[in-house]
Amino acid sequence: MDSLTDRTWLWFAAACYLAGFVLGTVAVIRERKLSRLLMYFIVSAGFVFQTFGLYLRGLEVKGCPLGNTFELFQFTAWSAIALYLVIGATFRLSLLGYFTSLLAAALTVLSLAVPGWDAARRVNIFGGNFWIEFHAALALFSYGVFSLLTLTAAMYVLQVFSLKRQHLHGLFSFLPSIRELDHISLRLLSFGVLLLTASLGVGGIYLMDASANVGTGKLPVTFAVWAAYSTILVLRLRSRLVGKRLAWCLIALFGIVLLSLPLVSGGNTAADATPITANR
Amino acid sequence: MNLPVLFLLGASHHTTPLELREKLALGSERLPAFHQAAATLPGMRELAVLNTCNRIEFYGIADSPETLQRLRETFCAFQGFPPEAFASVSHQALGPAAIKHLLSVASGLDSQMLGETEILGQVKNAYAAAQERHTTGPVLNRVFQKAFQHAKYIRTHTAITEGQISVANVAVDLALKIFGDLASTRILLLGAGEIGEKTAKAFQSRGAGSLTVASRTLGRAMELATTLNATALPWEHVADHLADYSIVVGSTAAPDVVVTLADTVAAMKTRRAEPLFFIDLALPRDIDANVAKLENVFLYNLDDLAKIAESNRAARAAEVVHARKIVVEKAAALWKQVESQAGGGV
Repeated sequence: MDSLTDRTWLWFAAACYLAGFVLGTVAVIRERKLSRLLMYFIVSAGFVFQTFGLYLRGLEVKGCPLGNTFELFQFTAWSAIALYLVIGATFRLSLLGYFTSLLAAALTVLSLAVPGWDAARRVNIFGGNFWIEFHAALALFSYGVFSLLTLTAAMYVLQVFSLKRQHLHGLFSFLPSIRELDHISLRLLSFGVLLLTASLGVGGIYLMDASANVGTGKLPVTFAVWAAYSTILVLRLRSRLVGKRLAWCLIALFGIVLLSLPLVSGGNTAADATPITANR
Repeated sequence: MNLPVLFLLGASHHTTPLELREKLALGSERLPAFHQAAATLPGMRELAVLNTCNRIEFYGIADSPETLQRLRETFCAFQGFPPEAFASVSHQALGPAAIKHLLSVASGLDSQMLGETEILGQVKNAYAAAQERHTTGPVLNRVFQKAFQHAKYIRTHTAITEGQISVANVAVDLALKIFGDLASTRILLLGAGEIGEKTAKAFQSRGAGSLTVASRTLGRAMELATTLNATALPWEHVADHLADYSIVVGSTAAPDVVVTLADTVAAMKTRRAEPLFFIDLALPRDIDANVAKLENVFLYNLDDLAKIAESNRAARAAEVVHARKIVVEKAAALWKQVESQAGGGV
């Protein structure tokens, strides 16, 4: 067990998420309901492996492992799964486990498959400051919430398509109702904005003390993400942006958020990054 | 010496037309008396009577073929039905074939509406009634209890009960896909026709929140509202109150569109995030077809619903072979158990 590296554990996790997705796909193709308990078990196993892998990384960097794009993708997937394990048990939203395993498999496999994303890592990014670390973890956790929100938005689009075009069999027959998806999306959006606001609040206090340590792209990107999600939330609460248009906005926005992750993870200078030479 | 035999004797929709089934059906007030008389026939060890609108069937343990003949005669005499006519429409099965038949019946495979689930409740009631009258014994107890388990297994492991096959229930299923839970929905029924009433009842039976009836004649609307435990809405207020309802069922005989695109656009300005589901069962149609293009508005007409019902029916039929295979396997296993339990006979 000692010989297994953090990346090995993260591969195990990716394999579990992939297994969940494959089993779900087989069930959907056969038009059979996949046992929610089985999906929950598979995803939970993946979550345990991923937690352990990230823990090993955390021990190495002596903090939250958020030092490069690979770690950001891993942490986002981990946050989404953590949230699914709570939401899945509470709301019993049909197919959410299937879509979450697809998202987590995509994020983790992609991050593991691109060696360049984990070739170097910024070190001492939190300077031993708990609040900076807390700010970063909160921000990334909110990204996890937004990733789950993207899934519910995608499920909403699929359900609307199914009902409008009258394609009611296969995958569509297992989708949750329009209203359930709308309610859960609104909760996730509110929760995500709340987390990101809190993260920015904590980060703002830090920025006053050490603005020189913050990457140039990080501040505008993070603020833009917060502003975009906050605007959507306000529009949704005022019923100005609803239904399919809201869902598409959320999907598109998360795509942009993912693309902006390298900007958020970047440091001020290339000297910030340290090559990873450990046994991987 | 004859050994006791497990038997099934009866008549069902397969071989007996409605007018004969009416004559064979035991009314609820006459059933206990017949049950008692039949159960006390010489040689009758156990007996259960399944009496539904589509079948009258006796399941039991008889000492000999003569006992079965006595049952036939007693039943025909009780119903005033010619024995030769009964012989031509009735069916009979013994031993494993009787078990197989019971499993097919309980799982909905033998039903007129393939895969319907009501029959399992009716079989359970028949068994409960037989237990109350102390006419079941070790064999019927085992056979019926296992039949319930196997019927449930077949329903969950095949798709024979999946998808609704009546227009009204298809509409309810679609509403569930939109609203999830019907308890908080408000339904507006336009028109007081039979199909609208059936659909409204289907919604109520699945837990719909509140129902309002609107008809060109307020008196007719109030009459139907009383029957359905609903409220009535004057016809001229329909457009103004459209936004208050989540589900609108159109079933009028009006020659023109009753709910226009403009009415719906106005209603959606109020509803916005809340979906609106139109079910248009009328011919000519009550709802302007263009409303389907609006965000958060869903429209299904009679043809759409009929197509879904037909597709569900076809999907169920495709599962019959799989379900019948399970019935054969389970019946064979159960028959072995019954034989070893009885130690001979049955």
